[in-house]
Amino acid sequence: MGSILFLLVLVVVVGWLVGAYNGLISLKNQTLNAFKQIDVQLKRRHDLIPNLVNAVKGAMEFERSTLEAVIQARNQAVKVNATGPEGIKQISHAENALSSALQRLMVVVEQYPQLKATGNIGQLQEELTSTENKVAFARQLYNDTATQYNTKQQQFPTNLVAGLAKAQPADLWEIEDQAEKAVPQVDLSMKPKV
Amino acid sequence: MSDDTSLNLFQQQEANRRRTVLLVIGFVAFFAWLGFGGDYIYFLATREAPRFAYHHTVPWFGIALTVIALLTAWYAYATGPEKVLWSTGARAVVDPTDPQEKQLVNVVEEMAIAAGIPRPRIWIVDDPDPNAFATGTDPLHAHVAVTRGLLGLCSREELQAVIGHELGHVKNLDVRLMTMLAALVGAIALMHDGASRVLRGGGNVGGGGGGSRGGGRKGGAGPLLVVLLVVWILSWILAPIIAQILALAVSRKREYLADAMSAQFTRNPLALAGALQKIEGAVAPTTAIKRGAAHLCITDPLGRRLTAYEGLFADALATHPPMAKRIAILRGMGYAQLKKEGGGSRGDLRRPVPPD
Repeated sequence: MGSILFLLVLVVVVGWLVGAYNGLISLKNQTLNAFKQIDVQLKRRHDLIPNLVNAVKGAMEFERSTLEAVIQARNQAVKVNATGPEGIKQISHAENALSSALQRLMVVVEQYPQLKATGNIGQLQEELTSTENKVAFARQLYNDTATQYNTKQQQFPTNLVAGLAKAQPADLWEIEDQAEKAVPQVDLSMKPKV
Repeated sequence: MSDDTSLNLFQQQEANRRRTVLLVIGFVAFFAWLGFGGDYIYFLATREAPRFAYHHTVPWFGIALTVIALLTAWYAYATGPEKVLWSTGARAVVDPTDPQEKQLVNVVEEMAIAAGIPRPRIWIVDDPDPNAFATGTDPLHAHVAVTRGLLGLCSREELQAVIGHELGHVKNLDVRLMTMLAALVGAIALMHDGASRVLRGGGNVGGGGGGSRGGGRKGGAGPLLVVLLVVWILSWILAPIIAQILALAVSRKREYLADAMSAQFTRNPLALAGALQKIEGAVAPTTAIKRGAAHLCITDPLGRRLTAYEGLFADALATHPPMAKRIAILRGMGYAQLKKEGGGSRGDLRRPVPPD
């Protein structure tokens, strides 16, 4: 009787171990994948910006500085090629700078109705909004998945298996850049205009 | 929060897988009952027939109907999404040129990223009434369709929220169950129409022939035969109604869940509330969407005012929960979000574009 009970407990414990371990591994891979998704979207954005700038360049001679800021931020962001936790910080720093440069450009475009009137700009604006959203949503997914992964690692009793699964807390994609926070907020899409 | 929703998501996916299997088993079992029940009745009826008359001993009806049901279920699983799309007259958006379509494609791509699923195929139904639905068997084989009316009516954020709702259905595998149901309900309706024509035609002949032998049989098989016959005939008559009620029962609760998932993807519950309100305001029936696919849509395409109430009667007959309640819940979420961001604890994690 006692041995049967012991076996039963053993089976339950081993079953839980396997489940918890696999759960952590699966979350880890999801987190990695979500991070790759951000990369994909950032690349898309880098490729889009030269087109955008070319399209508005002619009509915006007088806003040269805004355009140059965008190009510079873009080139800066393309150059960053770091990995690891420090890498995330560097990438997010460069990308946030690019985001704010783009937002400034969009404000400028809004101010020139004749620029907006040409269908081309409307389409580019849509493309840009979408690109910004894609980056934002990719980050959101990454942050959600990483938070879930981190929580799982720290919570009892899953934390007992965390070492076994070589689980390391994943860094969140945070926005901590003071310069960006100082930029007047232009809401491109995310808030309802009530 | 994300931990809870993911747990719910996993459970929801499991529940939908299980329910789809149960649905198929139920479907096949029901047809087996129709077939083998008929066989048994026929067997009882011919048991005491004269020696050289026909004796029904091999259950051909049962075998045939069970095989048909199995084939139908397989066919429904393999082609259900196509059939649903075909029945609404949707056309695929492959290479969008029109800015509205381009925007739709962009919005679907964005939401697919937010949901962490592959981009589904996109379809447009040329109908002026605003509506949307999703179909498919799993996130890898999923379709999202919206009406042209929706594109014209909703702002970008509202469209995003509606697509988020549909991708919620895709992600938690609602689409598998609901598409299966739509296909099987359609199959039952079709077979019922066909069978009742055959039965009506054959019934006259059988009635005429059975009348002469009837006197001798009544004493033998007795009440069992009569009861069986009544239940059996009732099953045939009620099949489409049962299927319909099943479709309703299965779809209502998950609308709330898909609303919540949309809010999780967009972090903007108020946009969905706004979209629902606009859609409700334009409640003219979506003529392109027939009864069979009604439970797949974001709002009841048949324009039944039943969805305005919640109660026993409406619960049994409406495919969708009352709009006012859905909007109220979403508004509540929006309010809670605003409050949380006002407190400013971790608001930046929960929003793609940071509040200041």
